[in-house]
Amino acid sequence: MAEPLSKRLLFVTGKGGVGKSTVAAALGMLAARQGRRTIVAEVAGRDDVARALGDGASPGHAGERQLAERLWTISVDPQAAMEEYLADQLPLRAFADVLGSSRTFSYFAAATPGLRELLCVGKLWELAQPARRTPGASGYDLCVVDAPATGHGLALLRAPQTFAEVARVGPIARHARTISQTLTNSEVTGVIAVARAAEIPVTETLLLQRELRARLGIELDALIVNAVAPHRFAPREIEALTAASEDDRRADHASRHAALRAALGEHVRERGERAQLRRLRRSSGIAPIKLAALLGTASIGVTKCRALADELESQF
Amino acid sequence: MAARGAKVAVVTIDPARRLATSLGLRELGNEPRRIDARRFERAGISMQGELWAMMLDPKRTFDELIERLSPDLRSREEVLSNRIYQELSSAVAGSQEFTAIAKLYELDHEHDFDLIVLDTPPSRHALDFLEAPTRLTQFFEGRALQVFLRPTGLGMRLVGRGTGLVFSVLKRVTGVDLLADLSVFFHSLAGMIDGFKERAVQVEALLRDADTSFLLITSPEPEPVEEALYFHERLRIAGMRFGGTIVNRVHHHVPGRLDEAELRAALAGELGEELAGKVLDSYKEYRALAARDRSAIARVADRLGSTGLVLVPFLDHDVHDLAGLQEVERHLFGSERAPASPAQRAAVS
Repeated sequence: MAEPLSKRLLFVTGKGGVGKSTVAAALGMLAARQGRRTIVAEVAGRDDVARALGDGASPGHAGERQLAERLWTISVDPQAAMEEYLADQLPLRAFADVLGSSRTFSYFAAATPGLRELLCVGKLWELAQPARRTPGASGYDLCVVDAPATGHGLALLRAPQTFAEVARVGPIARHARTISQTLTNSEVTGVIAVARAAEIPVTETLLLQRELRARLGIELDALIVNAVAPHRFAPREIEALTAASEDDRRADHASRHAALRAALGEHVRERGERAQLRRLRRSSGIAPIKLAALLGTASIGVTKCRALADELESQF
Repeated sequence: MAARGAKVAVVTIDPARRLATSLGLRELGNEPRRIDARRFERAGISMQGELWAMMLDPKRTFDELIERLSPDLRSREEVLSNRIYQELSSAVAGSQEFTAIAKLYELDHEHDFDLIVLDTPPSRHALDFLEAPTRLTQFFEGRALQVFLRPTGLGMRLVGRGTGLVFSVLKRVTGVDLLADLSVFFHSLAGMIDGFKERAVQVEALLRDADTSFLLITSPEPEPVEEALYFHERLRIAGMRFGGTIVNRVHHHVPGRLDEAELRAALAGELGEELAGKVLDSYKEYRALAARDRSAIARVADRLGSTGLVLVPFLDHDVHDLAGLQEVERHLFGSERAPASPAQRAAVS
């Protein structure tokens, strides 16, 4: 599955709390390793990606920042995106200044449905252009987006289409249409859903797949299931463990008892997860990529991101 | 709470359909619906009170609000058929927060629930919701709207000769249609603005009411814990009442040091070397998780205080049905560590 990483723009979405930001950061890290100039972008004033990539400094920092070889990050700010957009679209600097300073445009932006999201997605689109529109900026091969959770993620992807329908004519509407075409072009843009192997995240992922298809004509490029429990015990071993845990003669051995309970608990959980993975695979028609749960020092900051990138690399 | 006799409404404004799944319902509507008590009996739960549930449908709520606030039929039809309105009311971003406010107002004013439990979207979007009443009030009172409503404002200028550098530039960027449509839209809304404003102001007061409190729900994993701490800080700044933290999916701490060699020997005797090794691996992973959870909880207790801190253990099976919910409920209310003074209304994030 090298394919999603060969796109220019890759949206990573999924239910909140499934580890979406870390997976987005790991995908970015992997692409950079494979030789692609990559930027991982996040929206809505967050700095989860920067933190996942081991950059604790300057939260809320605007602009593109390099964190490693071929790897950059940015936190997209709609206000800055708007100013950039105006400067780019208007033929004269003076015009841009008029709008930027009059505040009328910010009022207008606040009142127009989908405009803030459009400006945000417009910046993501700009980051993914081979020839950048931002003066002096060099191009990226890939822009990975840590998109908002399912519902809001869909709204972000739909924003250009919504806006083009509202505005119909004029430069912004034209621009929105261009962006909308880029987002729905599967050669250029990919969407990855991150989930966990549990009932509710799986249901939400299937819903996302349906909505993307129905509303935007977009197909998911990959499904990544995070923090999957290991498949450790064979059925015969489970029988032996059950028998041992029911053996009262040794019930006084506390750590033996705790260890057997932990093993049987892991098995019950793992069996439940496997059923959910089957359901996800069957209903979505996509074989999910499974990432193991990470523990100890491997689960913190950039080490976790590296470990996930390694795992993704072995599975792609 | 419903099982103990209260009349409770559970409301989700999250576009995901989790609540319905958890309660074993196929669909939830835009109006609160009482959940059949027999459902709970079947799951072995004795229900003294009433549990009602609903899921916000932003489009429908918006339409109903317009119908209710329109001064006359003509302005109602004008708004409902306006293109800007149609996009605004069906786009998730923005309208979800706005309609949640309208719905909360309605639930509080027109029903007699003892407790309204509001399940918000994940925390960053929950913040959008908390800030929505203030933003709306500012918008309705602010210049943005006045620009569109003033007879000499944007609308007139566009319809007229399009004077003024700002407007000609704006027209150039956005196209003339959009500005005209926006102007028509806000003009047709003009008669309803007081109604919108009233709701925003009332809900703002409701969110800050002494009977409202916010519960933070988090798993003990590092990222969600940071998120919860951040959210708490924002609540504090906004002057909203924090009711406590529920840490969900906690791995039970196993006290004492692990004597690996001793345990391996004990297990190997009855299970054989290979299986004993696997059990040991599994146990070590469990202990690592328990240690991680323990330090996360210590961090939460340190920052947010231990009053109102409730731990729900990691259940071996996934919680997505009534029986699972009841098990969680027992952990929430069963111990002496029940949440401090269950508030009349609670928002859950």
